[in-house]
Amino acid sequence: MNASQILSQFAATGVQSCFHGQHITPQIYADLNGSNWRLKDYEARGGYQALKKILGVDGAPPNPDTGVAGMTQDQVIATVKESALRGRGGAGFPTGLKWSFMPRQFPGQKYLVCNSDEGEPGTCKDRDILMFNPHIVIEGMAIAAYAMGISVGYNYIHGEIFSAYDRFEEALEEARAAGLLGNQILGSGFSFQLHAHHGFGAYICGEETALLESLEGKKGQPRFKPPFPASYGLYGKPTTINNTETFAAVPWIIRNGGAAYLACGKPNNGGTKIFSISGDVERPGNYEIPLGTPFAKLLELAGGVRGGRALKAVIPGGSSAPILPAHIMMDITMDYDGIAKSGSMLGSGAVIVMDDTRCMVKSLQRLSYFYMHESCGQCTPCREGTGWLSRVVDRIEQGQGREEDMQLLDNVAENIQGRTICALGDAAAMPVRAMIKHFRPEFEYHVAHKTCMVPAYV
Amino acid sequence: MNTASHGLQATALSPELRARFDKEVAKYPADQKQSAVMSCLSIVQQVAGYVSASDERMVAEYLDMPLMAVHEVTTFYNMYNQTPVGKFKLNVCTNLPCQLRDGSKALKHLERKLGIAMGGTTSDGMFTLQQSECLGACADSPVMLVNDRTMCSHMSNEKLDQLIDGLKAGEATS
Repeated sequence: MNASQILSQFAATGVQSCFHGQHITPQIYADLNGSNWRLKDYEARGGYQALKKILGVDGAPPNPDTGVAGMTQDQVIATVKESALRGRGGAGFPTGLKWSFMPRQFPGQKYLVCNSDEGEPGTCKDRDILMFNPHIVIEGMAIAAYAMGISVGYNYIHGEIFSAYDRFEEALEEARAAGLLGNQILGSGFSFQLHAHHGFGAYICGEETALLESLEGKKGQPRFKPPFPASYGLYGKPTTINNTETFAAVPWIIRNGGAAYLACGKPNNGGTKIFSISGDVERPGNYEIPLGTPFAKLLELAGGVRGGRALKAVIPGGSSAPILPAHIMMDITMDYDGIAKSGSMLGSGAVIVMDDTRCMVKSLQRLSYFYMHESCGQCTPCREGTGWLSRVVDRIEQGQGREEDMQLLDNVAENIQGRTICALGDAAAMPVRAMIKHFRPEFEYHVAHKTCMVPAYV
Repeated sequence: MNTASHGLQATALSPELRARFDKEVAKYPADQKQSAVMSCLSIVQQVAGYVSASDERMVAEYLDMPLMAVHEVTTFYNMYNQTPVGKFKLNVCTNLPCQLRDGSKALKHLERKLGIAMGGTTSDGMFTLQQSECLGACADSPVMLVNDRTMCSHMSNEKLDQLIDGLKAGEATS
């Protein structure tokens, strides 16, 4: 066997992470099996019907009132607004509203960008979308481009998941060959060129303006906002950026209507959401469930806490989200508002589960190292502050902590939060403050005893 | 991937390499060739094993970019190798979700098996072992990225042994 044959034996198949049959009313992951990602399979699942519908080439009769076939740009945006679809990448901003900010009448070039730079620790949902259902992203982007009058788009894909980049390139070729991308799509007057771009190892590029810088061939350092990308984006042109899963939700909304999508979730939190569950559960993986589903149900889908142990804490929305202790988690529903009300955030939907053998100091040590490593260095509070956080947590873990260290950590975190160009500073500060808020005795124990309360943790 | 033969020589801009570069450049507006720098550098790395200073110059000339602007990219993004690495670069994720599911154990196992510390390269030039930040495959932990492009999932110690032994055996017979 040659090297690539040997390595291919260890490639993820999606069986554990995606094809486990434990989704609840899935829309994006519905009926996938790993081999049915191609155009013909997607079309057999109803794919590209939504694009045909808006372009008026699906054979449906013209609207009796207007005499025009298809949907107008305003109708598409109104449908997405009605659906209450919110950004799936982390911020949860209403998608329809974002689309309405795009200056459609701007005479020059405008751009559409998909943020597939999925690097938030805990998150691996977009990878499975791109690997196993890439055309749903292409269709969603084409619909978005139509709605905002955009003719060129890019999908920026996390460099570490190179096979997903290769897969997406292949899907693009299929779509172009079938006339679903390119000039005068399906004989309509709408043209849209879509390309794939890959990152190469920089967490910060998941931040939308850093991503734009990177797409322009520069260091991925975030831009000051305003101006927002809708007025000054890629190459200085109006640009709309959405997450992969956000685009993937759009075809279903167009086919079934905004109200139907909203009804899948709960008010202000429309639709299904994919949660990536990692850590101490029996079956880590991606689970697509309606927003508003209780956390307890999600945990059950993932097989419960590993080894039947007790739940200690959960980071509900990716490593940047404040950690919540078990008793709070077991009472919350998985939606933007439900998690926000409990003092954390839904974020990217990465649910990191920790059982009662886990040491919070050691966990924070690893996270703080990560933020120090990934700070782009542009803003002093973040560049210097993440180093302070990492070194202080490190010394507590090493048994060299001082009594005043918890106060010091809180001070440093406070001096980072809200004082940087982008949200990485907040992302580094929030986990620290939440850990100390909810698990202070564990930190104090470390300092006083120079050892861990839960020594089983390796 | 053979680093030994490249040294400080620039990778030749062969017709094949130029065709791959051209395909990347075609994605962007004609006056925005610089956008292709990340993919051109990753292609160079795939061919040469790392990005040498001479390779940076070659890419800069091809894209009409200042050399320093290319160097900024090489040094900003974690996955570019600025010095030669082993034939197989192994990146093991140890970020928190992976740490909770034996990511750090996988790294330690490889350190023992290969007889090198994290960051090192085996004396035969076969393997370079690195810790990495989130690879975006958290549900499949332990995960390891090989040579930037191949993700290996659910890497128990047994599978790691199988992979290393397999690659060694493959090398011996080639």
